[in-house]
Amino acid sequence: MTNTWQDIKNTDLVVVMGGNAAEAHPCGFKWVIEAKANRGAKLVVVDPRYTRTASVSDFYCPIRPGTDIAFLGGVINYLLANDKIQHEYVKAFTNASYLIKPEFGWNEGLFTGYDETKRGYDTSSWDYQLGEDGFAKIDDTLQDPQCVYQLMKKHFAVYTPEMVERICGSPKDKFLKVAEMMSECSTPTKTMTSLYALGWTQHSKGAQNIRGMAMIQLLLGNIGVRGGGMQALRGHSNIQGLTDLGLMSNLIPGYLNMPTDKEKDLGAYMSTRGFKPLRPGQTSYWQNYKKFFVSFQKSMWGDAAKVENDWAYDWLPKLDVTYDVLRAFDLMANGKMNGYFCQGFNPLMTFPDRGKITKALSKLKFLVTMDPLETETSRFWENHGEYNEVKSADIQTEVFQLPTSCFAEDEGSLVNSSRWLQWHWPAVKPPGEAKLDTEIMAQIYLRLKAMYQEEGGKLPDPIVNLRWPYANPEDPTPEELAKEMNGAALADVTDPTDPTKILVAKGKQLDTFAQLKDDGSTFSFCWIYAGCFTESGNQMARRDVSDPGDAGLAPKWAWAWPVNRRILYNRASSDVNGKPWDPSRKLVYWTGEKWGGFDVPDYGPTIRPEQSVGPFIMNPEGVARLFSRGMMRDGPFPSHYEPFESPVANVIAPKIRGNPAARIFKDDLVALGTPDKYPYVATSYRLTEHFHQWTKHVWVNAVLQPEFFVEISEQLAKEKGIDKGGWVRVWSNRGSVKAKAVVTKRIKPLMVDGKPVHVVGIPQHWGFMGKTKKGFHPNSLTPFVGDANIETPEYKAFLVNIEAIASGPVA
Amino acid sequence: MIGEFSRRQFLRTAGAGIAGTTLGAMGFGGAEQALAQAVRPFRLAQTTETRNTCPYCSVACGIIMYGLGDRSRNTQASLIHIEGDPDHPVNRGTLCPKGAALLDFVKADTRLKHPMYRKPGSDKFERVTWDFALDRIARLMKDDRDANFIEKNKDGVTVNRWTTTGFLAASATTNETATLTYKVVRSAGMLVFDNQARV
Repeated sequence: MTNTWQDIKNTDLVVVMGGNAAEAHPCGFKWVIEAKANRGAKLVVVDPRYTRTASVSDFYCPIRPGTDIAFLGGVINYLLANDKIQHEYVKAFTNASYLIKPEFGWNEGLFTGYDETKRGYDTSSWDYQLGEDGFAKIDDTLQDPQCVYQLMKKHFAVYTPEMVERICGSPKDKFLKVAEMMSECSTPTKTMTSLYALGWTQHSKGAQNIRGMAMIQLLLGNIGVRGGGMQALRGHSNIQGLTDLGLMSNLIPGYLNMPTDKEKDLGAYMSTRGFKPLRPGQTSYWQNYKKFFVSFQKSMWGDAAKVENDWAYDWLPKLDVTYDVLRAFDLMANGKMNGYFCQGFNPLMTFPDRGKITKALSKLKFLVTMDPLETETSRFWENHGEYNEVKSADIQTEVFQLPTSCFAEDEGSLVNSSRWLQWHWPAVKPPGEAKLDTEIMAQIYLRLKAMYQEEGGKLPDPIVNLRWPYANPEDPTPEELAKEMNGAALADVTDPTDPTKILVAKGKQLDTFAQLKDDGSTFSFCWIYAGCFTESGNQMARRDVSDPGDAGLAPKWAWAWPVNRRILYNRASSDVNGKPWDPSRKLVYWTGEKWGGFDVPDYGPTIRPEQSVGPFIMNPEGVARLFSRGMMRDGPFPSHYEPFESPVANVIAPKIRGNPAARIFKDDLVALGTPDKYPYVATSYRLTEHFHQWTKHVWVNAVLQPEFFVEISEQLAKEKGIDKGGWVRVWSNRGSVKAKAVVTKRIKPLMVDGKPVHVVGIPQHWGFMGKTKKGFHPNSLTPFVGDANIETPEYKAFLVNIEAIASGPVA
Repeated sequence: MIGEFSRRQFLRTAGAGIAGTTLGAMGFGGAEQALAQAVRPFRLAQTTETRNTCPYCSVACGIIMYGLGDRSRNTQASLIHIEGDPDHPVNRGTLCPKGAALLDFVKADTRLKHPMYRKPGSDKFERVTWDFALDRIARLMKDDRDANFIEKNKDGVTVNRWTTTGFLAASATTNETATLTYKVVRSAGMLVFDNQARV
């Protein structure tokens, strides 16, 4: 989230699309109700189902799963065609005026540079025209045909209200009502907020769904302001933290990235990470990249990371490809992996195409699960009749099931979707012999280290030299680890303008990442967390509820990254002169000497407005990107592509199946189904009574929602002779499930390009372990293909068939 | 949290004060003590409060856990109730149907209590010691790493990667667990590394 949960109360319009906050984030959703009740805000919901969020909305518009970009593109077209944009904001704070290379173009559903054999683009034409001074050229009048504003007008012109209806099945009048409501927020004193979650990410073009709305928010001048922003509601309690800390194939903590084979030394690695400003005088904060990187390396390897060995650069593994989960399980299914750890993760249920997952796990030599609860994954080898039809004797995988603590038993911090690091305390001890994850990881590491010290082996250096400064090496404490995330001075850190002045004495905790150095005199495991645990103590444990101006920021409750900033890009809440766009919703503004207000400025605190420094300080342009240059693999503008399994052809580019830049493995391409055999669109979702596969172990929740079901319209039920509560079989080209049918008015057939399309809703909370009745998971059916940029699987739009059956599964 | 004057303690003290004063002022004298003994003490007044956050979604509602036991070293605490933290700026004391049932998660029958091991081809788990499990896991890791670690790619560039063993981390663990996990996994050279943020 760019903003906070409470800040939703400051908005005028809430748009929920790609999420269902009332059911999936109930206690955060109360702030939407607050905005409606106390501010007169309106709620718009766009969703394939009439969800419980929709049931309290002011306006609901249906949409076919997987067509959000056409809808959002339609809104962009509406805003531009009707000139409903926040002109001053767009001109000063976005790249609307930037000139793009003349070779850039778009034709028949593809941008310039496409290579079909690679399913990817040469993105070199997707960039700015640079002047002789090395800066990007701009046209302040927005008239040049190569400026982003004009290119955007051209690119989105195809998404007329009629086209939106044809692709999305959203009735034209309803679409227009939504577009009109959004367009009203183009004035400086009216704001809209976007609430989205996995309904947008779990598509083969998930990242572009979100960009589509981010562009709308920029055109409306709604980023960086109170009551505005993009709210990624996110899934798990610490999914934000694990992302921040970079526990992903391609990441280093704090959104740095892993080196690749092409970067043979630190010099090569840094050469593409200089981030020189693209306009005069811009901040381009990533220019400090090396300070963050060296401080991370010092945190990993201490004294063994030194200038002579490029700060131990070679000890980081280099990527030849990204090893995302889809690639990992594809490798596994092809016998190219031997060992796998699942720490609080249940891939048998969670990853697409369960048949392939079972096959992959069965080829492992060893599997280790670490979890407080029984998981289907740890028992993937156990026969549970139709629910897990396997032959145990044929599976040669050695399996270790390690019992861990749950929340009530451990101490530490979690990052919520507002980027707050909140500390929590344990009340009881783990049951039986269960251990904390920290102790288990330490025990595995110490054994590995001892073996490398005694026996030698392949490159022991990064293992035996790992910095391990814990008082009890066998069991590091949360406090020690939190201090390590924050970082400290390894030598006195002096003021760059006055070397006699010591900013941080050797051994002391850092106050902020501004104190980090690239000479090895500081360490910080995760630079964006610097400030969370300082010499004045654990900031994440703060519990002061005060909220100056009733702004909805609670700045002294816990600690938010970065530097306790509660609303990102908050400099943009004021105009170019530093005056608040909306005096009733002041946030950060120029006081005459410095930037003041309710929040920590996302800006140099004393940069004068007349210096024309842009508010988007992480970007070398200083402004936000309506045109994303070569940063995304599938295009600088979002474009409508059908899901890989779709009931219709892409009406804009009929020859293109799916997202042309998304990777799909050969076997998985063959496993895709076609609408002649699988005529119905399926989508997966959560229920408010359950959380993934955890709560089926919880008695109360198992009672509330005991049994797997699928949700279909009355029309489809009639067509297929399915009774309310009757048994059905639902199958895709990859698998089959049996379920009770919930026949509902919440889903209705949509008219798509002249033909009716039915949607089958499949909740995702059952398996063969726990207190509920045994059941199936939508991932028995889902396709094994992911988003073009980050490989998040396409769980939200695929094809199935359905029929009534006489009785349920045999366990 | 610990050391804070809890709301329950406040209610208990204030309640006792009011009862004593009003009854005394009304001239009931000795009735006071008899009444106090007859009233069953408020159940949560006997508990120790601990602040935590709900482990499910990323709203991260504040919760208060009520446990029997006073945290002394030789006692085993036991949770008896969990409710929303009214001080929390986001949830303000509310919980959803999942958060409201958290006690049953902590005490679920399917909580794991012992390390278990399944031999190749077997149809059952058997109980093992931590030392057996950890020794064996570390051995399997080292053997696989030594057999499949790639020091240089075909162009002779140092790549130092290990891609035959992978690790899925958990986005419901703490930042501190994640930090330690990252250190252990990356220092071994693993690249097959992800968490739920990928899906």
